[in-house]
Amino acid sequence: MRWLLGKDLLILRRSRLLVALLVAYPVAIALLIGFAISASPSKPRVAVVDETPPGQTITLGEKRVGLDEYTNELFDQIDVVRVPTRAEAVSKVASGDVLAAIVIPADIVSKISSGVSQARAEVIYNGDALKQSFVRSAIDSALAQANLALSQQIKSVAVHDLNLLLTGGRIGPLGSQKLIGLRQLPGTLRSIAQRQPPGEDRATLVRVAGFASLAANNLGIAADVLTTVSQPITVHSTLLHGKRTPLDTYAVVVAVSISLMFICVLLAAGGIALEREEHAMSRLIRRPSGGGGALISRAGLLAEKASLGAVCGFMVAFAMLLGVSAFVALDLSRIGQWVIALGFGALGFAALGIAIGALAREVRAASLLAFLLSLPLAFLALVPSGAVAAGLYHAIGVVSFVFPYKAALQALDAAVNGASPGLGVSVAHLAGVTLLFGVLARLGLSGAE
Amino acid sequence: MSEPVLRAEGLGKRYGAREALHDVSFAAHAGELVAVIGANGAGKTTLLSILAGVQEPSSGSLFRGEGQIGWVPQQPALYSKLTVAENLRLFARLERVSDSERVVARMLEQTGLSERADERVAHLSGGNRQRVNVALGLLADPPAILLDEPSTALDPGQRERLWGFISELAAQGTSVVFSTHVVAEAQRHAQRVVVLEGGRVLFDGTPAALALEGGGDDFEQAFVAFLRGRSEP
Repeated sequence: MRWLLGKDLLILRRSRLLVALLVAYPVAIALLIGFAISASPSKPRVAVVDETPPGQTITLGEKRVGLDEYTNELFDQIDVVRVPTRAEAVSKVASGDVLAAIVIPADIVSKISSGVSQARAEVIYNGDALKQSFVRSAIDSALAQANLALSQQIKSVAVHDLNLLLTGGRIGPLGSQKLIGLRQLPGTLRSIAQRQPPGEDRATLVRVAGFASLAANNLGIAADVLTTVSQPITVHSTLLHGKRTPLDTYAVVVAVSISLMFICVLLAAGGIALEREEHAMSRLIRRPSGGGGALISRAGLLAEKASLGAVCGFMVAFAMLLGVSAFVALDLSRIGQWVIALGFGALGFAALGIAIGALAREVRAASLLAFLLSLPLAFLALVPSGAVAAGLYHAIGVVSFVFPYKAALQALDAAVNGASPGLGVSVAHLAGVTLLFGVLARLGLSGAE
Repeated sequence: MSEPVLRAEGLGKRYGAREALHDVSFAAHAGELVAVIGANGAGKTTLLSILAGVQEPSSGSLFRGEGQIGWVPQQPALYSKLTVAENLRLFARLERVSDSERVVARMLEQTGLSERADERVAHLSGGNRQRVNVALGLLADPPAILLDEPSTALDPGQRERLWGFISELAAQGTSVVFSTHVVAEAQRHAQRVVVLEGGRVLFDGTPAALALEGGGDDFEQAFVAFLRGRSEP
């Protein structure tokens, strides 16, 4: 087997362009996917027509809130292209210069200040279903953020007024009027009542003092009620298994596992297919004399190609992880687990590769089949639950379970990030998948030559 | 006559419902040049690949004496990115030939490729590739060598040189069995011809005996007449 391995390495050394492509292409694909996963979505480019007069304020009680505070919150979520008229905004949307347009009408301030009618902004968008969905969700999210900011402002004005009512203070121009607080009222009333002679007036004053005490106590919790109403739900996250995985290190795991997959699958598949393409298979696997053994058994040939793919893939993937650790904080104390995960992942992918190679009769067909199979498998394994219908998700789960990508991704995620399921489970899964594809490859090679 | 180097008795081969070989018996002796001829699909390659050990027969028995049987497949089984010497060295090591470097040097000299030893196979002409292909079949110095349509895709000059080389092998005592659909080659170079048709042996004898049985003016016409005579009721 070592002579064949040496021959394959020599051929690889002489195929520099192939090797460069074999390494560069998967790494480029992996990095693109990694960036796509880890990068924040860019702000949608949206045209804004602000028809309100400049410097307008929203009056809430005695406080005035500048409209800019509202629109700034909205504009912070989008890439604003200011246009003067609605017609120009429509033209920009139609030409595709902007994804959508928001028209803020002139009466928005009076509507918000009225407190009885909802203010309404107009959203104009265009494009296919995917673009429409993206624009709607981006603008809905931006409006939700802006609404939240405005409701916080309203809450803050309301809480200030409530506190004034409860504790008293000065109101009016330059604090000219002194307001007695509801909390002081019961004590004041009771002291006046004690100075009254027993009778109807005293009893009434005592009753009013009791009511004032009750009102002060109940109004005291109104501030908390307003806070709850302005933001009814806050989030407290609980992770069921494992530990929380940072997005950037998960992206590293995805990128490395995709590179590992491509290199192992392509080399192993191409290696087997090359033996057929060069017509060498009949020389290698024949039994040259009565009872004598073949130059190499079919199983031996498969093991040699799987080793070639696995070792090369492992080396590139390990180098990638070490290289990336210079830029992304990876826990180097887990390096032993990296080796285990990459090793078993490489074997799983190489087993898939030799099965593909055993089916195809030439290198080009094997490479094409490897690409056609590998890329969708990687994307399917990244589909999160809830993103598709339950039935489809289960079907995806079955496919991902049978092929090695998801198991390799989970093993590497467990090794690098300590994610769940643990390394042991994923490695056992990979061992099973390796065995399955090894058997399929051996069956595929049974009829060779 | 001496013990045959290679003997097959009642060989059969089925691919599902199709019968590729039926009750084929055959023997080749040391120094003998035997041609297996027949139309396309007659079963020539199947017979040779079973004799070479590439395929297992579905029925029948096979005797391959001491030493390995050399095998030269129809398509040159060479690694085009390796040089001539590297190809020879690789297969010599895989065949566990003792003193592989000496054997490689001998084969390069025997095939007249010493000057091209370091040239990549991809850069060789079809004739030279076939010479390397034959050399690979001879690495273990086998008592018998099987060649599947060895002259296909060669020009007349290359073909002549190849047959000169093969005839020399037989003269040195190597049993040579080759298949061909160019019946003139069988007449010129073989001492014995085996005619296969539909996976069955229709004739096993000298080219002269086949010409006589066919009754044509030349060997090719005699062969065609022989096949026609056998196929007509």
